[in-house]
Amino acid sequence: MSELSGMQKTERWLWPIFATALFLLFWRYAVIWTGTRVFPSPIEVKLGLTQLVDGGVLWRDIVDSLRRVAIGYFAAVGLGIPLGLLLGWYPSLNQIVNPVVQILRPISPIAWIPVAIILFGVGDDAAVFLVFLGAFFPIVVTCVDSVSNVPLIYRRAGSNFGLTGPQLLARVVFPAALPQILVGLRIALGIGWLVVVAGEMIAVDSGLGFLIIDSRNSGKRYDLVVGAMLLIGVIGLILDVLFRRIETIKRVRWGFRNES
Amino acid sequence: MSSSASARAAMAIHPTLPSLPIKLRTENVGMAFLREGKTLPVLEDINLEVGNGEFVCLLGPSGCGKSTLLSAMAGFLRPTSGAILIDGEIVRGADPRRIFVFQERGVFPWLTVEGNIGFGLRKLPSKERAERVNHYIQMVGLEGFGKSYPHELSGGMKQRVEVARALAVNPDVMFLDEPFGALDSITRLVMRSELLRIWQAERKTILFVTHDIDEAVQLADRVVVMSARPGRIQQVVSIDIPHPRDISSPRYLELRDGILGQIGLAHRL
Repeated sequence: MSELSGMQKTERWLWPIFATALFLLFWRYAVIWTGTRVFPSPIEVKLGLTQLVDGGVLWRDIVDSLRRVAIGYFAAVGLGIPLGLLLGWYPSLNQIVNPVVQILRPISPIAWIPVAIILFGVGDDAAVFLVFLGAFFPIVVTCVDSVSNVPLIYRRAGSNFGLTGPQLLARVVFPAALPQILVGLRIALGIGWLVVVAGEMIAVDSGLGFLIIDSRNSGKRYDLVVGAMLLIGVIGLILDVLFRRIETIKRVRWGFRNES
Repeated sequence: MSSSASARAAMAIHPTLPSLPIKLRTENVGMAFLREGKTLPVLEDINLEVGNGEFVCLLGPSGCGKSTLLSAMAGFLRPTSGAILIDGEIVRGADPRRIFVFQERGVFPWLTVEGNIGFGLRKLPSKERAERVNHYIQMVGLEGFGKSYPHELSGGMKQRVEVARALAVNPDVMFLDEPFGALDSITRLVMRSELLRIWQAERKTILFVTHDIDEAVQLADRVVVMSARPGRIQQVVSIDIPHPRDISSPRYLELRDGILGQIGLAHRL
């Protein structure tokens, strides 16, 4: 049994590496076979990125993007969780507010770009606002759902020990809902990272989104376009992996199926 | 057949009070739920008196409303008619003096064993709280598991945590709703004798809901047999066997078979 799981452990690394290598190989030969002069090969992308790193620009772009996501995301967390808990706790209030939330929620944050620019001008604030919008609604909606999904048995047990109102919310309902809320927070972070790129293409002149659009506009540097795209993917993956670490904290691990 | 007849005689309804002072009393309690515009009667005319320190089992088939009655006694639900009184006062809500023990599902999964057992003790200074938590960890036999989380424990251990959490706030009354229903049969037997041991040490008033006739006859001072929906009290049977009970004694079998007959099941399957 241990032999088998040991094999699985190496395979867990081996196969993804193999698949990635295959993908890079396919990419390289696709460029060669099609004879394209526009689309870069993996090696050209790597050279382009090295150039950016040496110039010191890349690091600044990454930090700018991450900063915008962080501000917008934490604002969404800070406002979305209390609002979601409140609406989940008072279903009658939720009935009043829910239609507005449900109408605003499916609007892509990208559709908000003109409004963001009117409200905040061209600059950081507009991009941050878009991230905020992208993350805010999923957080609110999952909080409402997760609070109403808290089993009655926990609320009864809490009230049986003399807890009422805010105490019951803080000591029973919130911790009981937390695993599900964390799932929403993780999804919201992913959306925030998606949205910042779009925001940076229009509203600001730094960040990975700007890098893409700027590389195309000034000199058709598709090696940098593709390089930035790959970086966005890798950073998004890292953010997700880091967030998943939170799920292994014992206070919340009970709520995740793949607990061990 | 004569044994069955004498069981009937021994099982006369006990309308008289037990010799203990009354702790809990229900007066013509009725409950009805609204289902799709219709009122569905769940309980009718429940009149019951429970003495202080008494162990009473509510026994009946699934859906007879015994859990509903227990929830109403605990203050989670309001009776549609009639009243429930504890210490002469009408029950108006949940109260830490009367703790409800669910199946092990009531344990808070986000807290450790210590956190769960100390949950109702937040007003105590931390040193005193730790002492009490330790005391009850020992009482239910969970030494060494204080820092464990419920998902790391077996069903029986979780049930112990819940019983300890209830005992820690030193309630007068404990309501147990099929507490051992989800456990395997061996663990269930162990838990029954542990519950009896704790009850004999602490003398809480216990109301225990079960659909298991053996469980009721093994544990209770009196067994309240309920009929199917709408639930009514069909009969109250005093179990006059001293603890520890010999579950193969003629008297035990007589009482058990008497209740089986009362519920309408023959002596054989």
